[in-house]
Amino acid sequence: MKTATSTSRMYRKIARTALIFIFPVVIYNIVFRIYPIIYSLYLSFTKFSGLGTPKFVGIENFQRLFADKEFWLSTLRTLQFSAEVLPTNMLLSLLLALLINRKMVGISLVRSICYLPVITPMVAASVIWTWIYDPNVGILNFVLNLFGIGPVNFLGNMSTALHSIVVMRVWRGVGWNMIVYLAGLQSIPKEVYEAASIDGANSLQKFARITLPLLRPVHMYVLLVGLASTLQTFTEVYVMTQGGPINSTTVVGLLIYKTAFDYMDMGYASAMSFVVGTIIMLVSILAVSRRKEIAM
Amino acid sequence: MGFPFFWMLLSSFKPNSELFSWPPKILPSSITFEHYVHSISTFKFGRYFLNSVIVAVLSMLINVFFCSLAGYAFACLEFPYKKLFFILILATMIIPVQITLIPTFLLVKNLPLCGGNDIFGRGGTGLLNTHIGLAIPHIMTAFGVFMMRQFYSQFPKELLEVARIDGARESVIFFKVFLPLSKPGLSALAIFTFTETWNDFLWPLVITRTDKMRTIQLGLEIFKGRFVNDWGPLMAATVISSVPIIVIFLLFQRQFISMNLTSGIK
Repeated sequence: MKTATSTSRMYRKIARTALIFIFPVVIYNIVFRIYPIIYSLYLSFTKFSGLGTPKFVGIENFQRLFADKEFWLSTLRTLQFSAEVLPTNMLLSLLLALLINRKMVGISLVRSICYLPVITPMVAASVIWTWIYDPNVGILNFVLNLFGIGPVNFLGNMSTALHSIVVMRVWRGVGWNMIVYLAGLQSIPKEVYEAASIDGANSLQKFARITLPLLRPVHMYVLLVGLASTLQTFTEVYVMTQGGPINSTTVVGLLIYKTAFDYMDMGYASAMSFVVGTIIMLVSILAVSRRKEIAM
Repeated sequence: MGFPFFWMLLSSFKPNSELFSWPPKILPSSITFEHYVHSISTFKFGRYFLNSVIVAVLSMLINVFFCSLAGYAFACLEFPYKKLFFILILATMIIPVQITLIPTFLLVKNLPLCGGNDIFGRGGTGLLNTHIGLAIPHIMTAFGVFMMRQFYSQFPKELLEVARIDGARESVIFFKVFLPLSKPGLSALAIFTFTETWNDFLWPLVITRTDKMRTIQLGLEIFKGRFVNDWGPLMAATVISSVPIIVIFLLFQRQFISMNLTSGIK
């Protein structure tokens, strides 16, 4: 009897300590993560300049959103951005991972160099590429000039600006994807390849019949994480083009920012962010469930 | 892959006469620090750098402390609704910045009794334009809790049992037994938080109001706007803004790479 009470007292003590330990984190996440979602939903039904009190306007913002050409154009532009970045990124990073997935002298140096863009701050990366793209003094135009082309105003031209940002973004993302693919490649059991060799498969057949299909969860994961992150694109566009020329690089993240903080139309910006944010959340949920599949 | 990066580094040391020479010179014939001197002396780069250091270190300390507490509780202790709390925190990892940006801005601006606000959060500017305001999105992150929980769940259960049999109090067990053994976990999370905070751009853009509070990423962006044709100092400034992260990366490559594998959603 005595031990039972002392055990339950001990459990209560443990539980109390645990609750104290998690308390700050739980409160923080409720206040700064969960509550903002609810608040954002509320704001999307109001007209609000950031000062005074929000004025309830019903579904007016969403009606406006449906008719807003600029919103849909920038959404399409964002999707185009993803559609250009993701497949290129996947292809290049898979190739790199295959190249690197062997014992070789200096492999860790190669890996570090590939990873360097990933850790470069986004603003710094954007500034470097702005210089590379510069129509007058940029190295890229120097090189093009050797072939008698140019000068091309990469970032100042409506037809090239978005693609130029895509190139920078691919450069920056390849190292990260390469590491994920590398982990995927290393998780494929050697025996499968050995068995295939005994059956007389050549390396191309092995790649097409073993490597690619067994990497399917990795492809899905890389794709979904990439989609969620490209849909949030903001910094590189803000730094490199400010959305120009003539809105040709205004992605939806930038449009939301401008609507909220330049035009002080926070109710409407909340409606936009709620629509876009919900899509990103759905994609992220899919990505998380994929990660379990590849168990990393 | 490394070219743009090395191009920046080399250019920052080239004298102006070689920056724009044709054909372009890859290696500078003589190394000059004039661009660094210029970007630090004529611009408040020291101030921006300091702000970034303050905010990154502040976030790092708070995040590491609270996440290790919670991570330990989730990994080693039993309490009611444990799973529910954990899922609640984990779920916040997928909330994109788009949704929380405007409400968090308003929340930080209207925090009661801060920065001249009254008890209802009106009248002042709250935590806008303060270091703690800049740190807010990076403290007590769900990712940190998740990471520390993974870390503590690798500890042998016997450690906890032995300490309990010795009659140590629960909080003492954590601070005296587990915490001193957690250096690898703590430092990995510290590096990660520092990097995240250092590289942040959107949040500082939204909440800083004066030049005095700007972080280095913002400073660099403004610097670019003003000196768009003065590439030497701009490259020097870019190097300055990246150096701390590059150094940390070179020192802790392994942690960096494995952390990116576990974080993913960001």
